[in-house]
Amino acid sequence: MSDLNLDPNIADPDGFYAKLIEAHEGLSDDESAALNARLILLLANQVGDRAVLDAALEAAKTVGH
Amino acid sequence: MLDDRYSLAFKLYPYERSADQDAETPVRHPVVVIGGGPIGVATALDLGLQGIPVVVLDDHEGIGMGSRAICFAKRSLEIADRYGCGQEMVEKGVVWNLGKVFHEDRKVFEFNLLPEEGHQYPAFINLQQPYFERFLVDRVREAQAQGAPIEIRGKNRVDAVEDKGDRVAIDITTPEDSYKITADWVIGADGAGSPLRGMLGLDFEGRVFEDSFLIADIRMHADFPTERWFWFEPTHKAGASTLLHKQPDDVWRVDFQIGWDVDRKEELKEENIRKRLDAMLGPDVSYDIVWTSIYTFQCRRMKDFRHGRVIFAGDAAHQVSPFGARGANSGMQDVDNLGWKLGLVIEGKAPESLLDSYDEERKHGADENILNSTRSTDFITPKSKISHTFRNAVLDLAEQYAFARPLVNSGRLSVPCVYDGLSLNGPDALNGGPARTRVGAPCPDAPLGDGFLLPKLGGGFTILTINAEAPEALTEDGVTATRVAVSAAEDATGLIAERYLGDAEAAVYLVRPDQHVAARWDAYDEQALRAALRKACGKE
Repeated sequence: MSDLNLDPNIADPDGFYAKLIEAHEGLSDDESAALNARLILLLANQVGDRAVLDAALEAAKTVGH
Repeated sequence: MLDDRYSLAFKLYPYERSADQDAETPVRHPVVVIGGGPIGVATALDLGLQGIPVVVLDDHEGIGMGSRAICFAKRSLEIADRYGCGQEMVEKGVVWNLGKVFHEDRKVFEFNLLPEEGHQYPAFINLQQPYFERFLVDRVREAQAQGAPIEIRGKNRVDAVEDKGDRVAIDITTPEDSYKITADWVIGADGAGSPLRGMLGLDFEGRVFEDSFLIADIRMHADFPTERWFWFEPTHKAGASTLLHKQPDDVWRVDFQIGWDVDRKEELKEENIRKRLDAMLGPDVSYDIVWTSIYTFQCRRMKDFRHGRVIFAGDAAHQVSPFGARGANSGMQDVDNLGWKLGLVIEGKAPESLLDSYDEERKHGADENILNSTRSTDFITPKSKISHTFRNAVLDLAEQYAFARPLVNSGRLSVPCVYDGLSLNGPDALNGGPARTRVGAPCPDAPLGDGFLLPKLGGGFTILTINAEAPEALTEDGVTATRVAVSAAEDATGLIAERYLGDAEAAVYLVRPDQHVAARWDAYDEQALRAALRKACGKE
């Protein structure tokens, strides 16, 4: 397994979450999906490490339905 | 003329004729509290125990039916302890620490309120609001017998209030007649629908969330543990979210999120409530329905809590959505904050402007509560498709990965407000002092001798010395601070040192009557203490 951090790492999680939801306010579904795509690409670039990105992709795919 | 708007759980202050009704000119009182709910009665206790005459007016003769507020936080119990009725509440209440969060029917995670060692009171108790109120009224009766100048007048409805600059004129209707009194100060504690606010034409602005919740309090003998269980999107479909929480007397609080566009009358029919309960509990569980209600989430507050000689407290001043126990608990903090300030002003020991610090500090508290409960509400009842998608992504991830758990928000439970950076604060000059006891913070409890620290603080100003010297009392411009001396070596648990010294060897704290830290230093300095005491009384 890679160094994907699965422990809490965001300071002020409630504040971050509120800002995230706020960013989508007033957007259509397509616009929201596009915003999410841009955000993922920005964050992926910040992470950089391919092994970590692969592990994150895997984690996202394996939870939920 | 004076019909009850609701039925009573306890009839505690039946109408009695007052001499004021036969006076030729309106009798003048130092303080009149409008509203005999928990906040009004606690205000009367705070003032009455200081020896300040106070009259409470309520348009009913006791406490309304229905559990309403059920979660009382440590800070509220500590305040009640200062008034002399905290222990009774804990004995009657249900202590809980564990919360579980479910999505559909899978457990996402659980949280423990992690009761810290060395506190007299637990993090939370569940107690039906009528009991909480009754303990306060019982304490009023006891204090009255000991000479506290408190009067509660049932079936005295306030019809008009007029601020005349040097006093407030109040028109009252009773079952027998109408009469007038005047007051130097009026406290508005008449609840979220505050008629007083309406009479004065004052604002009450904020957000109403488009969703309804159905409360059903049921009595059942069930072996569910004493925990807070919260379901997001339970598969029984009885509600978009559901909460189950235990109260005393085998009563359980059940909350169903039932949507915005509902027929209230239809939903409140017993057969329809039973359909939801049976879907949740299964067909074989028998129960009695004790109380039901439908409410909406609202987060709003008055622009100002002080309007000249009229001061608002509790729900009358601010309202939050309930999933954080921030309503009644923040009201108790209002009372704690207002009582000593009004006492000093009435006794002529502090300028009237000290009351503006109530407005400043408690608006700060209300904003914090509104922010937290708005965020919880947005998480519990997402308002857009994308918000719902993110919410469920958090829940899916939280089931497996710890990182997502802090994002799950089924209510952020009430913690007392820290008055960071506000006007009454003195110097924070204790090098290495812990952050939790910084200036503005409420003093955390700790073991002391055979008992606890907090009961020794509060009521008046305290000079709390830890491994430090100071005089036994200091009076500055009519206000006296008395010393409580503690040696960290006496505390085998080390908790006093941990909570009040940190990396420091010794400390001197100036503690306000509401047990908040006014200033702290590493040693006693008379001039500094005098200045801080002046500042804490609004004299700088």
